[in-house]
Amino acid sequence: MNTKIRALMGACALSALATAALAETTITVATVNNGDMVRMQGLMDDFYAKHPDIKVDWVTLEENVLRQKVTTDIATKGGQYDVMTIGTYEAPIWGKQGWLLPLEFDAAYDVDDLLPAIRGGLTVDGKLYAAPFYGESSMIMYRTDLMEAAGLTMPAEPTWDDVKAAAAAMTDRDNEIYGICLRGKAGWGENMAFLSAMANSYGAKWFDMEWNPQFDGAAWKETLTDYLDMMTNYGPPGASNNGFNENLALFQQGHCGMWIDATVAASFVTNPNDSTVADRVGFALAPNKAGIAKHGNWLWAWNLAIPAGTQKAEAAKTFVEWATSKDYTALVAEHEGWANVPPGTRTSLYENPEYQKVPFAAMTLNSINAADPTNPTVDPVPYVGVQFVAIPEFQGIGTAVGQQFSAALAGTTSADDALAAAQALTTREMKKAGYIK
Amino acid sequence: MSTQASRTAARLMISPAVLLLLGWMIIPLGMTLWFSLQRYNLLMPGMESFTGFDNYTYFLTDPAFGAAIFNTLALVLGVLTITTVGGLLLALLLDQPFWGQGVVRVLVIAPFFVMPTVSALVWKNMFMNPVNGVFAHLAKSVGLQPYDFLSQSPLASIVLIVSWQWLPFATLILLTALQSLDSEQLEAAEMDGAGPISRFVHVMLPHLARAITVVVLIQTIFLLSTFAEILVTTNGGPGTASTTLTYLVYIQSLLQYDVGTGAAGGIIAVILANIVAIFLMRMIGKNLEA
Amino acid sequence: MARAVSSRRKALVTVIAWTIGLAIFFPILWTAILSFKSEGNAIASPLTVLTTPFTLESYETVQERSNYFGHFWNSVVISLGSTLLALVIAIPAAWAMAFVPGRRTKDLLMWMLSTKMMPAVGVLVPIYLIFRDLGLLDTRTGLVVVLMLMNLPIVVWMLYTYFREIPGEILEAARMDGATLKDELIHVLTPMAVPGIASTLLLNIILAWNEAFWTLNLTAAKAAPLTAFIASYSSPEGLFYAKLSAASTLAIAPILILGWFSQKQLVRGLTFGAVK
Repeated sequence: MNTKIRALMGACALSALATAALAETTITVATVNNGDMVRMQGLMDDFYAKHPDIKVDWVTLEENVLRQKVTTDIATKGGQYDVMTIGTYEAPIWGKQGWLLPLEFDAAYDVDDLLPAIRGGLTVDGKLYAAPFYGESSMIMYRTDLMEAAGLTMPAEPTWDDVKAAAAAMTDRDNEIYGICLRGKAGWGENMAFLSAMANSYGAKWFDMEWNPQFDGAAWKETLTDYLDMMTNYGPPGASNNGFNENLALFQQGHCGMWIDATVAASFVTNPNDSTVADRVGFALAPNKAGIAKHGNWLWAWNLAIPAGTQKAEAAKTFVEWATSKDYTALVAEHEGWANVPPGTRTSLYENPEYQKVPFAAMTLNSINAADPTNPTVDPVPYVGVQFVAIPEFQGIGTAVGQQFSAALAGTTSADDALAAAQALTTREMKKAGYIK
Repeated sequence: MSTQASRTAARLMISPAVLLLLGWMIIPLGMTLWFSLQRYNLLMPGMESFTGFDNYTYFLTDPAFGAAIFNTLALVLGVLTITTVGGLLLALLLDQPFWGQGVVRVLVIAPFFVMPTVSALVWKNMFMNPVNGVFAHLAKSVGLQPYDFLSQSPLASIVLIVSWQWLPFATLILLTALQSLDSEQLEAAEMDGAGPISRFVHVMLPHLARAITVVVLIQTIFLLSTFAEILVTTNGGPGTASTTLTYLVYIQSLLQYDVGTGAAGGIIAVILANIVAIFLMRMIGKNLEA
Repeated sequence: MARAVSSRRKALVTVIAWTIGLAIFFPILWTAILSFKSEGNAIASPLTVLTTPFTLESYETVQERSNYFGHFWNSVVISLGSTLLALVIAIPAAWAMAFVPGRRTKDLLMWMLSTKMMPAVGVLVPIYLIFRDLGLLDTRTGLVVVLMLMNLPIVVWMLYTYFREIPGEILEAARMDGATLKDELIHVLTPMAVPGIASTLLLNIILAWNEAFWTLNLTAAKAAPLTAFIASYSSPEGLFYAKLSAASTLAIAPILILGWFSQKQLVRGLTFGAVK
C-alpha cells in the first residue's frame, strides 16, 4: 500500500467522523465480477473523500447471475438497486421501455468525448441511457514466435483465408499447440457472440427486413462450415465447452497460435505474471471474407445505468459520473498503471501519449471503430447490434441456436442439421413473439 | 383409542402447518395458473392478454420437450441407481470392523454438506476441465488424450456430480438400517449354512427394503428439481443433451422472461412430478406401511 | 461380535475403506489445497501443484473484496431462523399425526411433500412480485419465511416418522397418572423426542445453508448469504481457480465443521422411519 492511499484513507476516516452527523445516502450498486469493476471497488476511497455523504453497497456477481437478477428487478420494478451494470444489449431495450433514467451530465464530463460507436449503442431517441464504464471489440491475438517459425507474417487486416492458412501452419498437435482457439460454449454471449460477428463478415445476417430468420441461406452455411472446419482441424480438444476464460487459460499457457476474442484479453495475455507468452503476442484486426467490407469484430460495453424507480437518483448519478469520468481513468492510471485503465470508452484516452505506449491500444481503438452496431451487416437489417440482436427475445433464441452450433462442434450433430434446427426454432420463437405470421 | 377431545386438539395442532403449506401452495400455484393462461412477457410490458391454452401448446410442442422428459428421467434414475447401489455397498463396507472407522465415515459424509453450486463449480473447473482439470492432467500423464466430460457425455457427467452429493445421504440411512439388523438373525442364517450372498439376499435385503424406499422417495423429490448443477456446468447442452424439464422452464421464465410460457411449463412440471410421485407410492409405498 | 475377524481381513477392509473414503473426500480436499496456491500454480498438474509454495494471497484477496462475515452472518441467521420456525410449526403437527392418526394422515403427508415439487424457477416471478409488495425483498425475514416453507414438509415428515416410533403405551401411562395434554407434550414426549428433533434441526440447517436459488434471487446487498458470495467468484475474466477455491472453502467450512461435530446426532434421527 503506498503512502498516498494511506493518506487518503486517513483523510477519509477523518471526514467520515466529521460528517457523521450529515444525512448519509446509501446506494446499492449491482455489478459484474470482471477485473475493471473489482478494481473500482478498491479505489472507492477517492469517491468517499469527494462525496462523504454517499455510501455505496456493492453487489458483485458473475455475469449470468447478475443479468438474471437485475432484469427481474427492473422488469418487476422491485427497486433493489440504485445503479445497475448492464451491457450494450440491455441498454437500448430498457431505455426504450422507459425503465432507465436518461443521463445528462455537465460540461466537465465531456459527453462528446465518448467513442461514437459505443455512445450510439447506448442512445435511444437522442438520449443517453447508460454511461459506458469500459468498452471492447474483438480482435486477433496471435503468437509472433509461432508465425515466424512457420515463415508467415500476419497482415494488419487478414482475411479468413489468411487465418485458416496460419492456423494450419502453426498447429502442432504433438506439442499441444493448436492453430486457433475460438469460443464454442453455448450461449448468446458466448459462441453466438463470436459466430454472429463472424457471420457478418461472411455477408450473413440474423433476420431480413421482414424479420425472417436467415439460417437457411448460403452465407450462414459457409460461416458455420468454415468455423467447424477450422476448429476440428486446428482447434483444441473440448472446444465446445470453451468460453472466454477457457481460451484465455489456453492462450496464456502457450497452447494457442491464434485467438479471436475480446480486446480486453490483450491486457491479460501480455501480463507476464499470468501469461507464459506475454512477450510474444501480436494483434491484428478481426478477419473478413475476401471481398466483404464487414469485419468479424463485435462491440460490447459494460455500462452503468440508473433504474427509473430509484429514490436516490441524485446520489446514483453522482456515482455514475465519478466512475465513468476522465478523472477516474487518471486515478486508475496513477495507482495501477496505464495498461489497467478501463479501455474503450473515450477518445481522449486514445489521444493520450501515455496510453499510446500500451501495445494493444491502437488495435483496440481500430477494432472498436470498425464495428458499427447500427449498421452491422452487409445487407440492411431491422435490428441494432453487431453480435446480438437488440430485441428482448434474443437471449433465449441466441442461447438455443448457440446450443445447436455447440452440438455441431462437439460432433453430435451435423452443420446442416444444426442450421435447420436453428432456422426452425428461431422461426417458431419469432412467430410466437408476433414478428412474423 | 383417541377421544373426541384429543382429535380436536390434534386438528388444532396440525392446522398451522397445513394452512401455511396450503398458502404456500395455493398462492404461487394460483398465480402461476393465472399467468399460464396469459400472454405475459416481463420484458414487453403492455402486451398482456388472455390466450387460453396457447402457452401450454407452445411448451408441449417445444422441440426440446421430448429430450427434456427423457433427460429428467435419465438423471433421476441414474442418480438413484448409483446412490442406492453405491450406498448399499459402502454401508456394507463401513459396517465391517476396521481401523479409523470414525474418520472414514466423516470423509464419506462430507459431500452432503457442500452447496450444489460449489460442487458443480469445483467438478466442472478443477476436475472435468479438459485442459486444466485433474482428470485431464492424469490422462496426459499416462499419455492419453484428455476426455472432455461435459461435451462428450454431459448428462453422465451431471449424474456423476449429483450422485457424489447424494451418495452420503443414501449411505448414512442404509448404514443406520444395517446396524439395526439383529446379529442373531444373521448368525442363525449362517448356522443354517447360508453363504454370504444368500445371507445378503434373504436376510439383509428384506430388512433394508424400507430404508431403500425412503432413500428413493426423498431423493426423487430433490432430484426432480435439480437445476444449479446443470446451469453451472453445461447450460443444458451441447444441443439439448442435458436439458431437463426444470431447465426448460428456466429458459422460458428467466432467459426469455416469458412468464406465461414459464408458468405453463411450471404447471406441466408439477403435474408430471405428481404422476411420478403417485407411481412411486403405488410401487413402493407399501414398504412404508406398518 | 461373535464371529472372529482375522486381522488380515481387518487390514484389507481398512485399506479399501480408506481408499474409498479419501476418493470421495478428494474434491473437497483438493479445493482446500488449491485455495492456498497462487492463481498461476493452481492450474498446474496435480503433482506440480503439491510442490508449489503455500500462500494466503487468495484469502487476502477474498477478504479485501468481499464482506465475508456479513454473508456468513446472513447465512447463519437465515438457516437457523428458518429451521427453528419450521420446528415450532411442525412439532405439534407431527405429534398430532403420529399419535392421533386419522384416515387422511398419509394423504396429508404425501400432499405436503408434493408441495416441494413445484420448480422454483417457474414461480420466481410470482414470488418476487409478492415480496416486492410486502417489502420483503432483500430482507432476512423474507428468506426465513421462504426457506421455512420450503423445508416444512421434510421437517414434518422426519418428525412424524420419529415420533411414531415412540411407544404409545408410555403416553397412556402418563395419561392414567392424570397428565394433561400439555404435560404429556412437555414432560414425557419432548425428552424422548430430543434426538429426532436434534437430527431434524441439523438436516434442515444444512438444507437451508445450501439453498442457492431463493437466497440468490430474492436478495441484493443487505440479506445476501454465502451463496451470493460464491456467485461473485465463479468464472470472472482471467484465472480464478485459487480465488474460487478460497471462496468455496470459506463457504462450506462452517457447515462442514458443524456437520462433522454433530454427525452422531445427525445420523441418529436421519432414518425417516427406515429403521424399525
